[in-house]
Amino acid sequence: MMSHKADLDPQFYEMLEKLQALDFVLVELNLFLDTHPDDLASIQQYNQLAQERSQLANHFQQLYGPLMNFGHSFSKFPWEWSKVPWPWQV
Amino acid sequence: MWVYEKKLQYPVRVGKCDIRMAKLLIEQYGGADGELAAALRYLNQRYTIPDKVIGLLNDIGTEELAHLEMIATMVYKLTKDATVEEIRAAGLDEYYVNHDKALFYENASGVPWTAAYIQAKGDPIADLYEDIAAEEKARATYQWLIDMTDDVDLQDGLKFLREREIVHSLRFREAVEILKDDRDKKKFF
Amino acid sequence: MNHHSWSHPQEQAWAPFIGPFDPCPPILCKTYSTPPQLFMHFQPLNLPQFCPEDALRHGTLWPALYSPYESKWGKGR
Repeated sequence: MMSHKADLDPQFYEMLEKLQALDFVLVELNLFLDTHPDDLASIQQYNQLAQERSQLANHFQQLYGPLMNFGHSFSKFPWEWSKVPWPWQV
Repeated sequence: MWVYEKKLQYPVRVGKCDIRMAKLLIEQYGGADGELAAALRYLNQRYTIPDKVIGLLNDIGTEELAHLEMIATMVYKLTKDATVEEIRAAGLDEYYVNHDKALFYENASGVPWTAAYIQAKGDPIADLYEDIAAEEKARATYQWLIDMTDDVDLQDGLKFLREREIVHSLRFREAVEILKDDRDKKKFF
Repeated sequence: MNHHSWSHPQEQAWAPFIGPFDPCPPILCKTYSTPPQLFMHFQPLNLPQFCPEDALRHGTLWPALYSPYESKWGKGR
């Protein structure tokens, strides 16, 4: 039996972690703003980071396939969603 | 509506083939203070909590689903390449005869998950105090799990999850303050 | 209101009673965690932040909320 071995380059893990880091700050700011809704500086930081993460996510998806389902990411041919390994596999 | 994002919240690594840890980690998958209980508790309470704190319950509940996936990843990685002999030697034989290597919502002693683990009292203070207690109990469980392994990679992921309980606990404490009295809040700034 | 949660110890120690008929050698000092959320009450604005990479690694954006925990494995009695 042939086993599927990942052909993911080191850059995959590097970029993924960079994205995880940005998204983590966004989670933290989001929860903080849920209890501090009047903090303008945090809202500005949140919006700025949301823009940065969207650029990085776009770049990542061009290289490694869609991150999201239900129309929040684009797909090349053939359907890429289940082609790329899943988070618990990589 | 939820939309899935095909990545873990934190890069989970398992550095050691310690199959027995899978049995212990299941506590945070389907145990009383585990991530499934946490997610379902908050996502259910959000419907009847005052509007000011719905967002917080919604968002922490959603993050808990990401933590559930991290725990699942740890269990999956520890068991996927185990032989039946290794499974028996590690004490996972009782789990195996019931589930093979499928993940299941049960605690480390094999007790299946039950809705009796969570509460929805409808009283916002009672519900938020339960949430704070749940976060502290989950933090403690992560400590005891960290104690049970010398795998620094696994410890690393568990330490991340323990820290998240701390931040969530603080946010729930803030939610209580918000509901106690809006004007009082200002003096803490 | 004390905003300096980092000035609080993250761990407390206590010495349990040792009975004359205890079957096992005693553990003289026991500890429990007292992480920063217990002292912060309501997070103040503009706390210093970790950079994104360090925030992810620490599990929080704010050093004042960071709580280290070390495994008891291999530490003995």
